[in-house]
Amino acid sequence: MDLGPHSAFIIAAYAMAALVVLGLIAWVLADHAAQRRLLADLEARGVTRRSKSEAA
Amino acid sequence: MALIDLANPTRFLSVTERVLPWLAAATALAFAAGLYLVWAVAPDDYQQGATVTIMFIHVPNAWLAMGVWTVMSIASIGTLVWRHPLADVAGKSAAPLGAAFTFLALLTGSLWGRPMWGTYWVWDARLTSVLVLFLMYLGVIALWRTVDDPARAGRAAAILTLVGAINLPVIKFSVDWWNTLHQPASVLRVGGPAIHPSILTPLLVMALAFGLLFVTLHLAAMRNEILRRRVRAMWLLQAHPAQGA
Amino acid sequence: MTALSALLVRDMRLAIRVGGGALMGVLFFLIVVTLVPFAVGPDLVQLRRIGPAILWLGALLACLLTLDRLLAADHEDGSLDLILMGGTPLELSLLAKAVAHWITTGLPLVIATPLLGLLLDLEPLAIGAVALTLLAGTPALTCIGLIGAALSVALRRGGLLLPVLILPLTVPVLIFGVAASNAAVAGPLSFGAPFMILCALTLGSLVLGPFAAAAALRHGLE
Repeated sequence: MDLGPHSAFIIAAYAMAALVVLGLIAWVLADHAAQRRLLADLEARGVTRRSKSEAA
Repeated sequence: MALIDLANPTRFLSVTERVLPWLAAATALAFAAGLYLVWAVAPDDYQQGATVTIMFIHVPNAWLAMGVWTVMSIASIGTLVWRHPLADVAGKSAAPLGAAFTFLALLTGSLWGRPMWGTYWVWDARLTSVLVLFLMYLGVIALWRTVDDPARAGRAAAILTLVGAINLPVIKFSVDWWNTLHQPASVLRVGGPAIHPSILTPLLVMALAFGLLFVTLHLAAMRNEILRRRVRAMWLLQAHPAQGA
Repeated sequence: MTALSALLVRDMRLAIRVGGGALMGVLFFLIVVTLVPFAVGPDLVQLRRIGPAILWLGALLACLLTLDRLLAADHEDGSLDLILMGGTPLELSLLAKAVAHWITTGLPLVIATPLLGLLLDLEPLAIGAVALTLLAGTPALTCIGLIGAALSVALRRGGLLLPVLILPLTVPVLIFGVAASNAAVAGPLSFGAPFMILCALTLGSLVLGPFAAAAALRHGLE
């Protein structure tokens, strides 16, 4: 596939877009794991939340 | 179950858990379809050649840049008017996403502009107002990070978001006006061929893909934020058992 | 030595945390650079000519606005008294704090410079020159700022006192920084001469700053 004389710019644009999108996904996933770990940690130490019993 | 039941964070979490995998799959599918359409189907622009493919990333991100601020504004109204429990969670989670999309719009636009119009950047009305929007995103994020108490931060950020929303047309107008006062030294060709289906369809599919990406990431980020607040509440409970909950 | 490195690491950690001086400085830098074309006009030729000056001014202001937190926060929570009473010489402790401030504030500004240079349509040589002069000059800004921070640490309603005190002292740094950047691009003048003087100013301030700041603290906090 011939990208023409400006191929570097096209590749750079798509590469940066992929980087940003993957970075966002990675951030959301990592944050999720971190929060879950913290919650598990706290629950293991016996701290409970009031509405836990009301959870649907 | 009415929509209003989603206002309960616990309910919201359980619904999100179920919906997220489907949304993620739909996003991936949309991107696959969009990229296929862009690279296999859309013809090279007769003026710009293959560089027009940058547009298929640039335009959806530019749309999202504005769209996400709109979502944040609606969330802000929810915070200030209805004290909706999930409203400032929604606002806070959307801001980094909006900033990222705005950044991508600016970056891809710049990379598109260099081969096409000879310069990475020019201070014309549209580029400048998107840059100002990017600064406003960063400002809201900075505000969220600076205030410790989530509720107070939420109200402050909501006010800033709404002021920003009102200001966006003003900024656009004044930047337009400023730009016509000082004629730029270089002549800028903003035009291009009229959009016909072979270009429009891939564009819309890519827009859909990015839109689904935002929705997926937003819900996931909201889930993270709810968990983060739970952690904080439990920490405070630990520290002050008498005043807890 | 470990006390100093502990102080260094602590300051860096604090700066990166909430209220982050690090990223706030870069954000302010970006905003200032964005504001200039609004005032001066979007003509790229003109912007390219004054580009190095805009970048230097932006960096100077961004550095300045994060300086008050250098000592005031420590004064408020009492850690400044601990530092004063500690075994390490006050001058060295202040130098460590200055280094931490430069790493978290000055260095990000230098790293952000190429991107902002693109906004001002600077050519790569100009961007390189500005970045290099900023790299050499921002430590001077931090150390001179240290003096002002020490002078105004105990004042609660300092307001703009710190900038008012500091800015005249930073004029030589600004002059030689911009001169070197412009010389690299346009110059009949050489880049080397102003750059050397800039480096000399930085080295001098690395000594003068902590000593003057220590003296100011000792007298001011009695």
